Amino acid sequence: MTTHSESRSLLTPFNVVAGIIVMVGIVITGLRFFSGLSTVTNLDDNNPWGLWIGFDLLCGVALAAGGYVTSASCYIFGLKKYHSAVRPAILTAFLGYALVVFALHYDVGRPWRLPYPIFLSQGTTSLLFEVGLCVFMYLTVLLIEYSPAALEWLGYKKARNIIVRMTLALTILGVVLSTLHQSSLGALYIIAPSKLHPLWYSSYLPVFFFISSMFSGMSMVIFEGSLAHRYLHHKMDKTHLTESEGVVLGFAKAASFIMAGYVAIKVIGISADNNWHYLATPYGVWFLVELIGFVALPSFAYAIGVREKKIQLIRWTALWSVLGIVLNRLNISLIAFNWQLPTSERYFPSWMEIAISIFIVTIGVLVYRFVVNRMPILYEHPDYQEHHS
Amino acid sequence: MGLTRRDFLYGIGGVTSSFVTRKAFGATKSFSPHENSVGVLHDITRCIGCRKCEDACHQVNHLPDPKLSFSDLSVLNTVRRTHSDVYTVVNRFEVNGQSVFVKKQCNHCLEPACASACFVKAFKKEITGPVIYKESLCVGCRYCMIACPFNIPAYEYHNPFSPKVTKCTLCSDRLNQGLLPGCVDICPKEALVFGTRQHLINIARQRIDEHPERYIDHIYGEHEMGGTSWLYISGVKFSDIGMREDLGTISAPALTAGPLSAVPIVVGLWPVLLTGMYAISKRKEKIAEAEKAEAVKKAQRIMQEQMETKIAEVKSKSEKEKEAAIQKAVKQAVAGAEKKFQSEKSEIEEAKS
Amino acid sequence: MEHIYYSLHDFMLHSKTITYLIMGVILILLPLYWRFLTGRDEKNRYY
Repeated sequence: MTTHSESRSLLTPFNVVAGIIVMVGIVITGLRFFSGLSTVTNLDDNNPWGLWIGFDLLCGVALAAGGYVTSASCYIFGLKKYHSAVRPAILTAFLGYALVVFALHYDVGRPWRLPYPIFLSQGTTSLLFEVGLCVFMYLTVLLIEYSPAALEWLGYKKARNIIVRMTLALTILGVVLSTLHQSSLGALYIIAPSKLHPLWYSSYLPVFFFISSMFSGMSMVIFEGSLAHRYLHHKMDKTHLTESEGVVLGFAKAASFIMAGYVAIKVIGISADNNWHYLATPYGVWFLVELIGFVALPSFAYAIGVREKKIQLIRWTALWSVLGIVLNRLNISLIAFNWQLPTSERYFPSWMEIAISIFIVTIGVLVYRFVVNRMPILYEHPDYQEHHS
Repeated sequence: MGLTRRDFLYGIGGVTSSFVTRKAFGATKSFSPHENSVGVLHDITRCIGCRKCEDACHQVNHLPDPKLSFSDLSVLNTVRRTHSDVYTVVNRFEVNGQSVFVKKQCNHCLEPACASACFVKAFKKEITGPVIYKESLCVGCRYCMIACPFNIPAYEYHNPFSPKVTKCTLCSDRLNQGLLPGCVDICPKEALVFGTRQHLINIARQRIDEHPERYIDHIYGEHEMGGTSWLYISGVKFSDIGMREDLGTISAPALTAGPLSAVPIVVGLWPVLLTGMYAISKRKEKIAEAEKAEAVKKAQRIMQEQMETKIAEVKSKSEKEKEAAIQKAVKQAVAGAEKKFQSEKSEIEEAKS
Repeated sequence: MEHIYYSLHDFMLHSKTITYLIMGVILILLPLYWRFLTGRDEKNRYY
């Protein structure tokens, strides 16, 4: 039991809102598992994938790309200035993937069978098999990559040192697995050319998903960094604080240029299938809103931010780019999917589906806060200072 | 008219042993179904929309009775699709002022999208023709429903503990017992014909050739999505009766073959490329470090040299000073001694005098 | 309406031609954008 003064200090507005969301989430969880998907969701036979796939899976995986992007920059490309950004990025990636897997338990009909594709009956012709295998393996890799922080906290010096020595191998494995499943998530839709709008359907879908995951990960690192600076400033050590501006500028520059390349290959995608005439339709306008309004313009805003060294502009642009990724994934999975069905047969999420998605994000934020407040994430453990310059 | 089931079963039994499976390397290989693989030809011009096939389907599959009985034709006023408790439906379309009735169910693709998409191998295209679903493996991800170009598989969303994907089985169990599919068996107008797929194509072609005024020149399912075991011939455009004509002829496995083939290449090349990049960055780091060390060394050397010359200078200077001091001291001593001698001498001389 | 193509070859001849032109434009625009992006960076010579 907590004492009176402690319980009062816990009653912050954030905790109250989070508490309400968690309680509502638990109630809906009960409904989902004891009363079935139809009680909770608006899914039907024409729309088998809804918000829990479009947002929780597709956006969750894309936004957790910061882990592989940051660790690759630091350990493979030798950009040491990103070192202090690696641990927070790995932690959020690990939490992100863990929550994706958690969310999948809500969506699939028989979640207790989720190990089947890996251990019992391997449907190797399915891109979903590839996604499942990679996500399972990558989650394991992320757990190992994250574990030094927990081991330092717990004081297991030997185990920590063994894992730290495997850093390079783990990073390379992480990049291989990320390349595969980030792109395969896009390739999931290659099988359904008759259902996805031609402007979004392309044989380049896997490439689009992989490339966009890179700037998605960078934007997310910048965005999370700005939140952490605001609320967890006291947890950061001097190295983290002095390096953070370099991380923001570096990632903004990289994201800006990758986004420019992404716009280029999206145009090539239209050209390859000769889909120009669709641009003059309402879906075409929506496509241009996504591509220009949420990729080209943020790319330009990043560039201005980098040139003028305007950290604040870059932070807002990071949020803008993250929203662009969410928009893209929702367009492919929900909005431009089944575009030929009459409006009455189209899907819109139920409030309970939305509530579960918010519930899962809230859990992520709570766990992140719990970990960051205890383990050496935003600062280096005094016993394990690295001698890097 | 069609093949009798005895012929069919005899054929399958005789040929299975000699059936040669070819190795699949990729989409460039071509495959065709077993010659005795069966299907159904739906002659849409003969269908009168009596819904007896729907009734029979419910009976043989032990599905729950619908709210409205099968003799109630008012359900035809809305276009329906298959659901978890409905494996087949007959829809009515008004085309050029005429009612056209079409039966809809799983088409039992030659290269099923559902099987290609399934990550636990819960779907299988039998050599004999039917596409079969194994409930015992299904996780319930519903990717099969995303993949199916005909929107056929349905899901038991209402079932919390053992939800299944459902679809027509082509009455696979009945075929094994030597019976016809329930719908084919009951059809009063011979709008459904059962037989080997090749034979059905021949019948369809013959009907179209003999009555060009009655049929449009298209056997739906001969090539759609790589071909289906159910085939359709019609007097009106298929796109007017709810059947998409823009599906193309590329099968689902052929569509996925591209991205799937990239997977092992990434596994093979990424570690090499990434390790190479690591080596390059490490090498650059080393060169930078070496250059730094070299510069430091050089600076040290210069400093030392300067120091040495300075020390030498100081040394020589101090030596000179020392010598001078000695000489001075000697001079002083000599002068002192002389002075003393002189004074003593004068003292003695004084005393003498 | 769109032009109707009767062979994959004709279709590809059209779409690939446009794609090659776009590639040329991209090859010019991307370096220019990079110059814009790094225009205010400290002067550093990259070979």
